[in-house]
Amino acid sequence: MTAVSRTATPSRAAGQGDTVQGDAVPMVSIRGVGKSFGTNEVLRDIDLTVNKSEVVCLIGPSGSGKSTLLRCINFLEVYDRGEIRIEGKLVGYSEDTPRRRLSNRDLRDLRRNVGMVFQQFNLWPHMTALENVAEALVQVRGMDKVAATSHARRMLDRVGLAAKADSYPARLSGGQQQRVAIARVIAMEPHLMLFDEPTSALDPELVGEVLQVMRDLAADGMTMVVVTHEMGFAANVADKVAFLDRGRIAAFGTPREVFHESTEPRVQQFLQTYHERNSF
Amino acid sequence: MLDLSLLVQYGPALLRGFGVTILCWGAGCLIGMVLGFALMLLRQLPVKPLRWVIRAYIEVIRGTPFLIQLFLLYSGGPAIGLRLEATTAGILGLGIYGSAYFAEIFRAGYQAVPKGQVEAALSLGMSYGAILRRVIVPAMLVSTIPPIVNMMAILTKETVVLSIITVPELMYEMQTMAAETFATFETILGMALFYWLLVEAVSRLGRRLEARVTRFLTHASPQGSSKTATARA
Repeated sequence: MTAVSRTATPSRAAGQGDTVQGDAVPMVSIRGVGKSFGTNEVLRDIDLTVNKSEVVCLIGPSGSGKSTLLRCINFLEVYDRGEIRIEGKLVGYSEDTPRRRLSNRDLRDLRRNVGMVFQQFNLWPHMTALENVAEALVQVRGMDKVAATSHARRMLDRVGLAAKADSYPARLSGGQQQRVAIARVIAMEPHLMLFDEPTSALDPELVGEVLQVMRDLAADGMTMVVVTHEMGFAANVADKVAFLDRGRIAAFGTPREVFHESTEPRVQQFLQTYHERNSF
Repeated sequence: MLDLSLLVQYGPALLRGFGVTILCWGAGCLIGMVLGFALMLLRQLPVKPLRWVIRAYIEVIRGTPFLIQLFLLYSGGPAIGLRLEATTAGILGLGIYGSAYFAEIFRAGYQAVPKGQVEAALSLGMSYGAILRRVIVPAMLVSTIPPIVNMMAILTKETVVLSIITVPELMYEMQTMAAETFATFETILGMALFYWLLVEAVSRLGRRLEARVTRFLTHASPQGSSKTATARA
């Protein structure tokens, strides 16, 4: 069923890409989620399950709600209807009815297990690469500075940037900045990582280095939800692909099912536009 | 005839006055900044009445002359049981006056912090206090140092108003000198020199500070514009 993804990531345990295994609590469970900005309904009745160690790519035209959905998962964006659960825990709201918004403290407990990588990297410009990675270790995990720094150094090494530890973000290329941002997240040992168009702000020749880091993470079994326009990455690395259009999931399945077998006209049209733009 | 020897003769008194000016100015700036920062933070709370009160405070302070505020505080204070010594009233008055302007400077600085930098911190599970200290304030410094220095330079000159409520600062001492010697021109010239010295010192300090808080940006493109960033890579 997930032949495409297995060949791409041979180290991933067999069966992970399959449907829920009964007893296992899914990493992310999204049920009937909706969101409106005023009268504009940006998400409608979204259902999506992400199992442990799965890579799920969200694709679709711009304005389709991919990024909004992703940002709802760690409650940077507030969803109005339905529920999102991470490892069984309701995101952003209390379990009682009527539900109330969670306190900032409870939100923090949830977010420390969910890492996020942004399109614009969002490194803190007044800190070096090393300080960027060490910061949350000290502030959130309560590590002492020495331990945090040496842990941060190992993380930079993992993304191939040990040599740039003392550089400020302004001195790094976009690709390097994004790899530092990834190191900053994996240093926290998250259970789940969210990627919001991680390569869209990069010059084409720098996309590869970031995707390679993401491939390595996937191979290590990290659970990832990735909003991307890199169809090659989605086809080769994702276990599941969700195609969003006007706030709905219009197609969902393995990359093969979505890219090659889907009869959904919007998917066809989207892929055709994509191919035309990328052929020369 | 210009008689500069008068400046020498009145030197000690003038220096004392200059000292009081610097004290009032420094303490006033400090109070103004602390109060202004607190006002800015309170304004971020989602409590409408609180926002209105703060806005009204800022509008009133910015909309009325400092002289009148100072009079109200010093002469009107006792009516509500607030009996202040002249220098204390002067410092407090300067602080209150400055706070309205500093609050606006900080508000602009706060709003200019790239949202993504705060979101990155939130998504890592950092608390608001930690984000404020480690992310927001350092980012604010970059954009607010020039207007802060500007406001501090303006406040050096507002200190002359304190002489009216008999704070023995530079203006007060200068007036005494002028009254006793009738050397109006020398007095005015001497005064201009002193205030210019102070403002010059402030702006030099400001330039140093600015260079310090933006040192990580030197010879580099702004963050996020990958185009120019990659050109060097």
